[in-house]
Amino acid sequence: MKKYIDSGKKDTRSGFGAGLLEAGKRDSRVVALTADLKGSLKMDAFADAFPERFIQCGIAEANMVGVAAGLAITGKVPFAGSFAEFITGRVYDQIRQEVAYGKTNVKLASSHAGITLGEDGATHQTMEDIALMRALPGMVVINPCDYNQTKAATIAAAAYDGPVYLRFGRPSVPNFTPEDQEFEIGKAIVLSEGRDVTLIATGHMVWEALQAAETLENEGISAEVIDIATIKPLDEEAIVKSVLKTRCAVVAEEHNMAGGLGELVAGVLARRFPVPVEYVNGADAFGQSGTPAALMTAYGLDAPHVVAAAHRAQERK
Amino acid sequence: MAEELTRIASQVRRDIVRMVTLAASGHPGGSMSSADLLTALYFKVMKHDPATWRRDGKGQDVFILSAGHMTPVYYSVLARAGYFPTSELASFRQFGTRLQGHPSVRKELPGVTQASGSLGQGLSAAAGIALGKKLDKDPSTVFVLCGDGESEEGQIWEAGMFAVHHRLDNLVAITDWNGQQIDGPVTSVAGEGDLEAKWKAFGWNVIVADGHDMDAILEAYSQALAYRGSGLPTMILFRTDMGHGVDFMAGTHKWHGKAPSAQQCADALAQLEETLGDF
Repeated sequence: MKKYIDSGKKDTRSGFGAGLLEAGKRDSRVVALTADLKGSLKMDAFADAFPERFIQCGIAEANMVGVAAGLAITGKVPFAGSFAEFITGRVYDQIRQEVAYGKTNVKLASSHAGITLGEDGATHQTMEDIALMRALPGMVVINPCDYNQTKAATIAAAAYDGPVYLRFGRPSVPNFTPEDQEFEIGKAIVLSEGRDVTLIATGHMVWEALQAAETLENEGISAEVIDIATIKPLDEEAIVKSVLKTRCAVVAEEHNMAGGLGELVAGVLARRFPVPVEYVNGADAFGQSGTPAALMTAYGLDAPHVVAAAHRAQERK
Repeated sequence: MAEELTRIASQVRRDIVRMVTLAASGHPGGSMSSADLLTALYFKVMKHDPATWRRDGKGQDVFILSAGHMTPVYYSVLARAGYFPTSELASFRQFGTRLQGHPSVRKELPGVTQASGSLGQGLSAAAGIALGKKLDKDPSTVFVLCGDGESEEGQIWEAGMFAVHHRLDNLVAITDWNGQQIDGPVTSVAGEGDLEAKWKAFGWNVIVADGHDMDAILEAYSQALAYRGSGLPTMILFRTDMGHGVDFMAGTHKWHGKAPSAQQCADALAQLEETLGDF
């Protein structure tokens, strides 16, 4: 299988910050808003470079979403950022009316997504955000896997005309996709080709899937690894093409079962090519305090669990 | 001028009553209380041109209806101002219409800048547009109409802080202070208290005026526009009566969201002069 090298761990939110700065340089319409989380969202470089285009909203996320919609109406390209829970669940109706139904060109910048937010615990950890955003007609949902991809996705989101939910995380994770890559919204990326099982992963779980594929290779099992960087619109063709070959799949995500990528892929395969599908996700649970690594293990969100799921999927073929 | 505006407002009230009767649904109460202040805004105060209107509001004054259920008055005023044919008012709330129950941008009805209906959000959107205009050095003004019942929503007050902090003196908010909401008088439903004192405490320029006296309405708008340069947004609290203009609809919450029967419609129209020709 194709090997990937970690060029040095970085947090995906810093990829967002770098992408935001670059997008701001390329397009003077780009503005950034935050609800008292400028540092956490890595917006400092943008705010320093373009102080008049950085809008501090205070701890008032609902208003921030409405202000972003208003700015978009005047032709700006606003990135409104907060922690994942507070830029989805807390403001769902504002997003629904002002951004999705209202057809405004707002980018929702969602940091600290999933369980890897860590020590702050369940109030701040959302494993439901993908479900909420997927449910909105016309909302693009992007969940990149590392620093480089998050930077590229941010630049692509700025160039795209329409609402985008851009999800990234807090901890430092391996950075293994190419620097200065072009990000194509709606396109899955086959990271490694294989014959026996398709590992479909998104976000932080992509690296875990690659590690799992190496373990499986040592066992004589050839795994294909697909990075679903865009969850909506989903690249159905890439998934179906792979499964036609491997005849079983594992879907791995740092999100709960309900409304996540797993259900989405299962739905596509049920319609187009039914095969055994196994899941690696947060099931139906709230998080808790702990280090990101401890939580990923405890909630079954790591390479060994992907390997075990691949075994189960293979056995059901 | 005031007399001419009053005549237009009479026709707007006829439109409101006829629209909700035809649709057998809709919200006449708040529409009737806002008819005078909205007529004055579109026919005298706002710098706008229906022929060149665009959603982005470039170079023109912008209006946002935050209290989205007040579509009868909104659509009537837009049609009477020339944004679309008055004949289209007959399609209000019918399947396929551009005149959705609450404002929609998806049907691309000229004059509608943003969706609303879920309450408490329009002031934020208006603040965003006002900020966008500041960034673009566009000198035009953003107006937004809220309800007093709607102002029980916390987001209104988030936006209230934001607009002052960002010095949005190109933002003029209007409250249709009719004292009624679906379940009864505002004083009996929620402890909203003294809106004038609250907006002053939030740092806004605050004007209180009679929302059914056309001279007072024009004076209030004139004063609001004179606050440009103050560095502060302005709130006009118009004291109004829900259902104003029809005796059996006035001063009660019971007509917030109820359509008249055919007989009630006839009784109402008998009290409202047809000045511009019914649609």
